[in-house]
Amino acid sequence: MSETARHCGERAEPALVSISGLCKSFPGVRALDQCQFELLAGEVHALIGENGAGKSTLMKVLSGVYQKDAGEIRIDGRPVDIRDPRSARDLGIGIVHQELNLMNHLSAAQNIFIGREPRRAMGMFIDERELNRRAAAIFARMHLKLDPRTNVGRLTVAMQQMVEIAKALSFDSRVLIMDEPTAALNDAEIHDLFRIIRQLQSQGVGIVYISHKMDELREISSRVTVMRDGQYVATVPTATTPIETIIALMVGRELDMAQRRASVAAAEGEVALEVTGLTRGKTLRDVSFSVRKGEILGFAGLMGAGRTEVARAVFGADSIDAGEIRVHGRAVSIRSPQDAVRHRIGYLSEDRKQFGLATGMDVASNVVMPCLRTFTSFGLFLDKRRIDEAARGYVERLRIKTPSVRQQVRLLSGGNQQKIVIAKWLLRDCDILFFDEPTRGIDIGAKTEIYRLLDALAAQGKAIVMISSELPEVLRMSDRVLVMCEGRVTGELSREQASQEEIMRLATQRESTVFA
Amino acid sequence: MNHTPNPAPEAEPPIPVMGSRKGFAAIRTRLFDSSARQKLLAFASLIVLVAFFGFASPEFLQMENVVSILQATAVNGVLAIASTFVIVTGGIDLSVGTLMTFCAVMSGVFLTNWGMPLWIGVLAAIGFGALSGSISGVLVAKLRIPPFIATLGMMMLLKGLSLVISGTRPIYFNDTPGFTSISQDSVIGAIIPALPIPNSVLILFVLAFLAAIALNKTLFGRYTFALGSNEEAIRLSGVNVDLWKIAVYASGGAICGIAGLLIASRLNSAQPALGQGYELDAIAAVVIGGTSLSGGTGTITGTMIGAFIMSVLVNGLRVMSVEQEWQIVVTGLIIIAAVYMDILRRSKQR
Repeated sequence: MSETARHCGERAEPALVSISGLCKSFPGVRALDQCQFELLAGEVHALIGENGAGKSTLMKVLSGVYQKDAGEIRIDGRPVDIRDPRSARDLGIGIVHQELNLMNHLSAAQNIFIGREPRRAMGMFIDERELNRRAAAIFARMHLKLDPRTNVGRLTVAMQQMVEIAKALSFDSRVLIMDEPTAALNDAEIHDLFRIIRQLQSQGVGIVYISHKMDELREISSRVTVMRDGQYVATVPTATTPIETIIALMVGRELDMAQRRASVAAAEGEVALEVTGLTRGKTLRDVSFSVRKGEILGFAGLMGAGRTEVARAVFGADSIDAGEIRVHGRAVSIRSPQDAVRHRIGYLSEDRKQFGLATGMDVASNVVMPCLRTFTSFGLFLDKRRIDEAARGYVERLRIKTPSVRQQVRLLSGGNQQKIVIAKWLLRDCDILFFDEPTRGIDIGAKTEIYRLLDALAAQGKAIVMISSELPEVLRMSDRVLVMCEGRVTGELSREQASQEEIMRLATQRESTVFA
Repeated sequence: MNHTPNPAPEAEPPIPVMGSRKGFAAIRTRLFDSSARQKLLAFASLIVLVAFFGFASPEFLQMENVVSILQATAVNGVLAIASTFVIVTGGIDLSVGTLMTFCAVMSGVFLTNWGMPLWIGVLAAIGFGALSGSISGVLVAKLRIPPFIATLGMMMLLKGLSLVISGTRPIYFNDTPGFTSISQDSVIGAIIPALPIPNSVLILFVLAFLAAIALNKTLFGRYTFALGSNEEAIRLSGVNVDLWKIAVYASGGAICGIAGLLIASRLNSAQPALGQGYELDAIAAVVIGGTSLSGGTGTITGTMIGAFIMSVLVNGLRVMSVEQEWQIVVTGLIIIAAVYMDILRRSKQR
C-alpha cells in the first residue's frame, strides 16, 4: 500500500485515475470502506474480488451511477466531482455494465448513440443515415459483422455484449471500465475483445477490467487490484504473482480449483430421466440422453447450441414437436412446468433475475415460493412462523449470507441469490435437477460452495443435468459429458474421455462441415 | 463426409455467427416481414369490417355515412394519438378524457366569459392541455407516482375543476361565430365540392402525420421509445429522463387540448360533465392498433387504424340496427381479440 503511494509520488506524470479514501454506504450495507485504486494511461488494470466485495460499486461511483459518501477521485491529478453518468462521460470515463443496459426495441446503432444522436434540421430530427454510418464504422473497427439497423432484442446475449462494448468505444473514452465483459462470450469472441482492448491500450486508454476468470486476467492485465468486503486489499503485478496468491488475497484462504469431484458409483444407479428424439423446430433436433440417480451429466457446447432449450423443453416451458420423456422408466407427458414439477423435475434457470427469483421479495418468500400451499393454515392463511423457520433452515444448510430471512433478495450477491434458487427446488424435493449455468457471474469462493452442493445432491441420489459454458467446470463436475452443436447432440464423452480439446471439437462440429 | 482439415493454429478461428444460423440478412427480412405483417393484419381487419358492413347494409358506404364515421373518429382519434405517446413510454394517461373537457371549458371561459378573440381561445385550450399534461409528467417523473395513479388523480381533479369553473353548466360559443367552423366547416369541400370532409377529420390526419414524424424521426420520438424499452439504460446514457418524460405527458396534454377544441366546436359548447370514459376508448384504439401496454413499441398508423376500427364497428352496428348496448359488448370483444392476436403473433416469432 505504502509502496504504491511512493510510486505515485515519484512519477512525473500523475496517474490517469487515482481514487483514495472512498466510502459508500447503502441502507444496511457498507459497500465501500476507505477504498483506493489507481489506473495509468495505457494500462489494463484488473479488479477482482468475490461477489459483494465492492468492485462493481466502486466502478459505478467512478462512472457516476452512484455518488460517493466520502473520499477523493482525481483524474490527471486534478480532483473531480462526478455527479452523474454524463459528467463521468465528459471526463472521458466509459463503462460497459455487467447487466446489459440496452433497449431491446431499438436498433444497435440507435442504442449506441442514444442521448447524442446526430441531428439534422433545427436539431430536432435524427440523421438516421449518419447514425448507422457511425455505428457501422465502429463495428468495422471491431471486426464485427453486424447490421447497425438490427433490433437489439433479436440479438444473442453475446452479440448484445458486443453492442455494449461498441457503445463504450464510441465515446472515445480515456478510461474504459469493463465489468465482466466476457461472462457471456465464447473463445473466439473473447479473442476479438482482447484484440480491441490491446488496440485501445496502445492508444493510451486506461482500462479497468473486472472479471472472475483468472486465466483472462493473466492474459490481458498488467496489474491486479484485489478487494474484499468493500475494502482495498492489495495491488500486485499480474505476471509475477501466482494465481493461488491472488485467490488467497481474494478469499483470505487457499483454494483448490483443480480438485476433481470424488468418483461415485453413478454408473450403477437407476435411470431417472430418459429423453429420446426431442425435437423442436430447428432449435432442437432429435436430442436423446439419459441421467441416472446420483449422476451429474454435463451439457457442453457453445452459446446457442440448444442446451438451455433442451432443459426448457424437458421442463415443459417450451412446447416440443416430437420426442419422448421417461421419468423412472415411465413415459410421461410434460406440457407445462407444473407437469414437470409434479414429476419432480426442477429447472434452475440461467438468468436468475429474470426467471428464477422475485428479487423484490424477501429471502423467505422466495425459498418457499414453489410450495407455498404447504405453508398455510386452513389452506388459506400463510403461516409466517413456519415459513421463516423453513427458510432459516436452508439459509443455514446452504450457508446463504444474509442478515435475515426478511432481507430483499436483490440486495444479496449473485452467489447467494443462486443458493436461494437452489433452496427453492430442494424444498420441493425434486429428484431430477437441471442447473443452467449455475455459477455464472459468481466468484470463485461461492463457486466452490455451489460445486460442493451439487456433489452433495448427487451423493444423495439426485439426478443432475448441469449446463455450463465453462469447460473446467464441466470437466470437474461431470460424470458424463454430452456435447451439443446447432441443436444436435454431437457426442457423448465419459469422464475419462472428456478433455477440453475433445469437447471443443464436438462443440464446433457444424453440419456445414459434415456435408462439405 | 469430407472433413475439412483443421486450419493452422495461427489462423483466426472463424467467428461463429451469433444470433442466427441464417445470418443477418435473414434477420432483417424476418424483422421487416413481421412488422409489415402486423400493420397489414390490422389494416386487413379494417377492410374486412368495412366490406362486411358495406354488403350488409347499402346505407353504410354512402358518402353521408362515411363522412359521419370520419367525423365520429376525429375526437377519439386525436385522444388516441395523445395516449400513444404516453403508452409507448410504458406509462398510461387516464386523464385524457377529462383533460379534453377541461380544455374545452377553459376555451369557453376565454372566449365567452371574457370575450377574447378566437385565436386566444384556441391557444388557451392547447396551453392548458400542455400545462395539465406537464403536471401529470412531473407527478410521474419527479414524484415517482405510478402513471396509473397520477393520471387517475388528474382525471378526477380536472373533472372537478371543469364543473367548478363552468358552474356545472355548459358554456356556449354563440358569441364567437367562427368557433364551430374549426370542426364543422370543410376546407377540402370548398376546394373539391364532391368531398365534403369536415375540418375535424383534416385536423386528425394532419395531426397523425405530424405525430408519426415526431415519433419516428425526432429525438423526442427516439427517447419516447427508449423510455418504454429500458428507462435505466437511457438514464445511464446521460439522457435527462425526467425532462423527456414530462415532455411526453405535456405534448399528450397539448394534443388533448386540440381534441377539446374539436368536441366543443362540434357541440358549439363546452359540456363540463362530458369526458370521462373517453380515455378508455382512446386506450382501446391504441391497443387494437398493436401498441403494447408494456411500452417500447407502437405506431401512429396502428393507432389510427385502431380508432377507425372502433368507429366503423359502432357505426356499422348502428346502421344494421343493432342496439347500442350490444355495440358496447362487441367493442369489448374486439379489444380482447385484438390483443390476443398480438400475443399470438409475438409468441410465434420466437
